[in-house]
Amino acid sequence: MVAALLTVVAGALPAASTAAAATTADGPSARPVPKVELVLDVSGSMKTRDIDGQSRMSAAKQAFNDVIDAVPEEVELGIRTLGADYPGEDKARGCKDTRQLYPVGPIDRTEAKTAVATLSPTGWTPIGPALLGAADDLDGDEGGSRRIVLISDGEDTCGPLDPCEVAREIAAKGVDLVIDTLGLVPNAKIRQQLSCIAGATGGTYTAVQHKEDLSDKVKQLVDRAADPVVTPVPVEGAAACADAPKIEPGLYTDRQPLGTHRWYRVDVLPGQELRASVSVAADRPLADDYGVLLRAVTAHGRELVRGSEAGSGRTDVISSGLRHPEREREDADTDKPAATPVCLEVSNSFAPASAKAADASAPGMPLELTVDVVDGPSDASDTAAFGLGRGWWLLGVLVLAGFLGGLIFGWLSRWRFAVWRTH
Amino acid sequence: MRTVLRRSRSVPSRRPRGRVAVGAALAAAALFTAAPPALADTSPSPSVSQDEEAEAGPTEAGTAFRTAARLAQGQRGTASASTGDYLYWVFPADTGQRPTVRATVSLPAEQARQSASTWRIDVYDGLRRRQPCTYGLQERRAAEDAAEVRLTCTLRTVRAYSEPWANDPLPGAYYVRLTVSRLAADDLGRPFQAEVAVDSRETGGSTAVGGRLSEPLTPGVSAVSAEEQAEEETSEEDGAEQAPRPAALAEPEDGWSSGWWTDRWLWTAGGAVLAALAGVFGYTLTRGNGRPGRVPPGV
Repeated sequence: MVAALLTVVAGALPAASTAAAATTADGPSARPVPKVELVLDVSGSMKTRDIDGQSRMSAAKQAFNDVIDAVPEEVELGIRTLGADYPGEDKARGCKDTRQLYPVGPIDRTEAKTAVATLSPTGWTPIGPALLGAADDLDGDEGGSRRIVLISDGEDTCGPLDPCEVAREIAAKGVDLVIDTLGLVPNAKIRQQLSCIAGATGGTYTAVQHKEDLSDKVKQLVDRAADPVVTPVPVEGAAACADAPKIEPGLYTDRQPLGTHRWYRVDVLPGQELRASVSVAADRPLADDYGVLLRAVTAHGRELVRGSEAGSGRTDVISSGLRHPEREREDADTDKPAATPVCLEVSNSFAPASAKAADASAPGMPLELTVDVVDGPSDASDTAAFGLGRGWWLLGVLVLAGFLGGLIFGWLSRWRFAVWRTH
Repeated sequence: MRTVLRRSRSVPSRRPRGRVAVGAALAAAALFTAAPPALADTSPSPSVSQDEEAEAGPTEAGTAFRTAARLAQGQRGTASASTGDYLYWVFPADTGQRPTVRATVSLPAEQARQSASTWRIDVYDGLRRRQPCTYGLQERRAAEDAAEVRLTCTLRTVRAYSEPWANDPLPGAYYVRLTVSRLAADDLGRPFQAEVAVDSRETGGSTAVGGRLSEPLTPGVSAVSAEEQAEEETSEEDGAEQAPRPAALAEPEDGWSSGWWTDRWLWTAGGAVLAALAGVFGYTLTRGNGRPGRVPPGV
């Protein structure tokens, strides 16, 4: 079994790992480096003293110092500020005020702390531009996980850029980028905006009320980035089976615009089993009821098996999966059995919550597809394990049958003995 | 199951009545019953342990299927998070087990929140298909002044095999997702503590079905880091077999069951022995006591 598995994995891995290798630097030591950028709001309102009697700014600074001390070795940390420099009233200028305070890279703790210490609450709250800047800072082709931690106490008043849409765009551009947000003020507008940003990228939103909560939370988020996870490989599904991209076993990500289908093709050898699971993330406000359907279809359009799921209410993803054992072919040429192409169709029944055009239009919803090809199952020749029996009825039947058998055999042999003796 | 064992172990006591052939069969049966004591011992005892006894597990939870925290059965995973977060854990479940997921949500102090909330757990299998709870409170409303919410979900029994069109639970990874399903907007982002523990009851041979998956349902690549993948690939090229399987990350402590053992072997073998004994008994009835008196000696 192990050997069989190895051949499958050996067959399965090259594609995924060559794809991964294409995004990682060459060499075996090149491991995708998790990158985190802390984005701190240094707008004027951060002066307000309402966090455990301290100003928001000093709470944030203290949290940053704690985080800088505790950042795991393997994580590259950067810091970006927004509203730190321009104190004036000119909205156009104030809304461009974002700057990288400390570049993303292996961290020098003293240097980073000194940089943080220089900050004083100053200007506007251009969250959108800051997020764009942070995404650029984190840009790179290493393919590791990337995380933006946004700490803010005010809503973006800059417009016309809706930071929530910006977040969605950023997430759509890059693979595996998550924005976590921390709000320092319990205010409905801020909460709505920050939770929207977090939701658009699969991140989390936290309302911070105490100083220690802030540093604990940021530390937790940075540690999360250090957690090694497989980065999915981007793929673009087609609109029909015939044009579908051929994918090997692995983990893939795609974008699925609302109301469209995505097709992929997987080659399965006879005797192998295809396993596929798909999750579509709800990255925008959606109507309460939703569903996802994953179908495996032959090249000729015959449905093999489907997995579907529907739900209602609050959710982050909706997912389903299927498995399809490809039957062994008896008439196959033994040397080289031809692989059968199986098409996978992903469709969803999400609907935007509002008629807002932005929710309905591109970029599509994040879709995650896992494909595995393993040896087929050993089929059941009987519903019971090995056709074995169990229970008192079985024992009763066996005992009765044995007893009757013994009786008959005994009578038979008596009869035979009598016949033999009389002759 | 206990009774079965007692039953089949009591069989040898009838040996004096048996003949040579039966004796051999009994010896075989006795061997059989003695051979897998470990298996026989583990399967019947309900291993449902109390939450309090569970050993400490991961202290963080994942926030997506891909990042789910690995939890072993019997462990207690804890996490601190913000209301609105989706917390994920993944645990392995093997053939014949009937897992029960227990989650406890400790809510923040009363003054920190304003209204009631509803919490729920969902369980997904290795293919990310949602698995229904056969019983247990999967979703529960926490009143305004509640300090904690306890949720439970008992899955169906994990079977060794099912047809591809069914979504019966199969051996492999199971994901637990804990989240708040309804809450007042003002309470979003508030801190809470979560605790999750999984234990299972062994159902024994009554659910032993024919057929078997070649591999448990664990997402082959999702749980393994890219680095390990690369290592695996190189070691495979070298022909080394000790390469960690991706699935090993969500493996039960003593590995996945081979699928060969079921107490149906005992029932069937015991039944065969009893049938043989009954046959001998029936045979002796027809022969009376000892040799028939009419047969002259020497025949």
